[in-house]
Amino acid sequence: MKNNRFKKLLKNPYVLIGGIIMGVILLMIIVGCFWMPYEPTKMSASEKLQGISLRHIMGTDNMGRDVFSRVMYGSRVTLMIAIGTIIIGAGVGTIIGSITGYFGGMIDEVTMRVIDALFAFPSILLALVIVSVFGVGWPQLVISLGIAFVPSFARIVRGEVLRCKNMDYIENARLQGVSDFRMIFLHILPNIKGVLASSILIGFNNAVLAEAGLSYLGVGSQPPYASLGRMLSDAQQYMFTRPSYVLCPGIVIVLMVLGFAFLGEGIKRWK
Amino acid sequence: MEIILDVTDLHIEFHDSDTPETAVEDFDLMLGAGEIVGIVGESGSGKSMSALAIAGLLNRHAIKKTGRIMFEGHDLLTCDRKTLRSFQGDEISIIFQEPMTSLNPVKRIGWQVEESLRIHHPEIKKNERKKMAIDMLLDVGLENANEVYYMYPHELSGGMRQRVMIAAAMIGNPQILIADEPTTALDVTVQAQIVELLKKLNREKGTSIIFISHDLSLVSQLCQRVIVMQKGNIVESGDTKTVFSRPRHSYTKKLIAAIPKIDLDN
Amino acid sequence: MKYTLKKLSSTIVTLIVVSLCVFLAFNVLPGDPAIRMLGLEASPELVAQTREKMGLNDPLLVRYFRWFVAFLQGDFGTSYTYSVPVSSLILSKIPITLTLGLLAFFFTVVISIPVGIATAKYENGILDRSITVINQVIMAIPPFFSGILITFIFGMILRLFTPGGFVSYTQDIKGFLRYLFFPSIAIAFPKIAMTVKMLRGNLIDEAGKDYARTAYSRGNNTNGVLYRHVLKNAMIPVITFLGMALADMVAGSIVIEQVFNIPGISRILLSSISNRDYPVVEAIIMGIAMIVIGVNFLVDIIYRIIDPRIDIDD
Repeated sequence: MKNNRFKKLLKNPYVLIGGIIMGVILLMIIVGCFWMPYEPTKMSASEKLQGISLRHIMGTDNMGRDVFSRVMYGSRVTLMIAIGTIIIGAGVGTIIGSITGYFGGMIDEVTMRVIDALFAFPSILLALVIVSVFGVGWPQLVISLGIAFVPSFARIVRGEVLRCKNMDYIENARLQGVSDFRMIFLHILPNIKGVLASSILIGFNNAVLAEAGLSYLGVGSQPPYASLGRMLSDAQQYMFTRPSYVLCPGIVIVLMVLGFAFLGEGIKRWK
Repeated sequence: MEIILDVTDLHIEFHDSDTPETAVEDFDLMLGAGEIVGIVGESGSGKSMSALAIAGLLNRHAIKKTGRIMFEGHDLLTCDRKTLRSFQGDEISIIFQEPMTSLNPVKRIGWQVEESLRIHHPEIKKNERKKMAIDMLLDVGLENANEVYYMYPHELSGGMRQRVMIAAAMIGNPQILIADEPTTALDVTVQAQIVELLKKLNREKGTSIIFISHDLSLVSQLCQRVIVMQKGNIVESGDTKTVFSRPRHSYTKKLIAAIPKIDLDN
Repeated sequence: MKYTLKKLSSTIVTLIVVSLCVFLAFNVLPGDPAIRMLGLEASPELVAQTREKMGLNDPLLVRYFRWFVAFLQGDFGTSYTYSVPVSSLILSKIPITLTLGLLAFFFTVVISIPVGIATAKYENGILDRSITVINQVIMAIPPFFSGILITFIFGMILRLFTPGGFVSYTQDIKGFLRYLFFPSIAIAFPKIAMTVKMLRGNLIDEAGKDYARTAYSRGNNTNGVLYRHVLKNAMIPVITFLGMALADMVAGSIVIEQVFNIPGISRILLSSISNRDYPVVEAIIMGIAMIVIGVNFLVDIIYRIIDPRIDIDD
């Protein structure tokens, strides 16, 4: 039965395409941890703004650095920031959402009021506020994006907890004297893991987009260790002279977002 | 008695899955002017499918229909959409099982009751139309018709909503009213009131009614003739009294045995 | 009326919560504003004097109240970096950013609603299938990347506009709007895709409901059912989404202004963030927050008009 469900998941075209895209990107990132064709920060005055060639499969940038190596490194930075964001956002969001949803009452009322206000607030601005208080850099970026992602997870989890709370099996468990803590973490949360899984994948998709946007604005990871968004903002002015320098990191961002989006969509439709 | 609707050899097949599924087979029905015919059977017997086919509401590509549904010289199964639409809501109306969801939640009652008039008789002036709608609402027993006219469906009870559905169906003074399990979702007392209302409309306006139900006692109260269906086939049909007092088919006997008590003389 | 009052009061509560968060974030968390203003080498006496003058010794709530009232009166404080009133730095730039966001919103509504209806109407047709695929890809392109591509294709190759050739609204309103056309399309792109996807799904769901069948039974044709019955029901959640999208697009302008070299609030916001010029950042954030809250209130009111059920649900 379980095996069958798994087969059905793999047959889903969304999961298939998303899986292939993410597989290729992950392979590139993992290989990049051990080996890169060039040192991503190594400049070369004689090889500025080269086109695509066998020597530099994505060309070189304005300082003669190998774009492919930088993309390998940049994707790792982008993915790490996204993972950090989701750990904070989904973790804190799940805790807040399940507690407020489960207990209800005054805590719920007040917390949700704040969460709703933050939710209505564009996450890029929320992140900018936090960055401006804590300063510029990637750890700050992870924290700010993480906090910016808390409201959406809290809302989703709260809604699901409210839905599950009154189901028969929860009532039964309550009659048997299961403690609140066990109830939330052992009875309710495992039941909403499907919804949570697709939210996390869609969260990744949004996190990559938000990270790219903020790094493009220059408030994320700092050079020379650039993420993909930062590379694009450096590359923009060379769009006309060397399009490959802009297109390569840009397309990698698009593929990464697309991969997460397809996986999320696939899981949502799976059931 | 003049025959106004003649259904012969109706077949309905679903082609949604790999193997086609037959929903209705060899369905025949002749409806006289002013007559009330009941169709009974358990869920899945094909009674609602036949009703939807007559109302012209089975238009999905995955459904294959054969046979003939003759009305005013047209075969409703093969005539063009435009001709079919010209009958829908004007000459043939239908009310459904779920009054809670069958009305548009974001439109006022008056607007919905008047809709058939707006579509089929655009020549009627706005004021006139409103007057007709309010009269119709009064006719179906909604005494505060002037207020109901401006209300939304969620402000009404289930029984009131079914009355609104009936008013909307009857406003064009149709020849045929198809009532597809109109009382199933309602309380027992409300059920009786709706049946009384249908009887009254039949008497006063001469509308023929096809009454679909799984409730034999309601059918026996209302209908002159009855058709019993099982698994897509007609197993027995005839005069209501005869069918109920001397059922020939074992399935009809079982259905009758399942009723707590029917008073046939009433 | 009761509903409007209720929404108004909850809007005010939200405004207080948000402004309190902003106040705490910029006036309490980062440390002593007096030291920030005077520098670390300032003598303790001078700091104490300044603290007294700035009212920093008053209770927090008093300080918040004073700050909030001043803000509502248009007094946003003095920039640390430029030592001029914040309002003089940002007021002339707000119309640019706002126009950009509103233009993007306009394109989103004007394009996505007809496209959403068309895809739902011809569900699973060639148009629908290709738009569904295109939508997925568009949603994956960050606006600044599509902005760069648009600059390249329409600005440099097709020469439909001059990248960097921004014209101020004070000089030439037509030229101003013409320059903002492509940037606003870049902002609108992903929102259009999302709205189309959402509207299509809602329309298909609603068309399968009982009341749509009732509408057919009265002699409506497909268009009659779609436009007179289904569309209004399907638009209800889309309106909430569009409200949030408007806020997002005003915020998204910040990124796109960088791409297209538009002198809106983006540049001053970013330089103030890296200079830690809090009064400027605070004023801009509060301004956008007020727009967001105002839009949400409007959405609630529009909701009330099109969805009569709201009385019992709320």
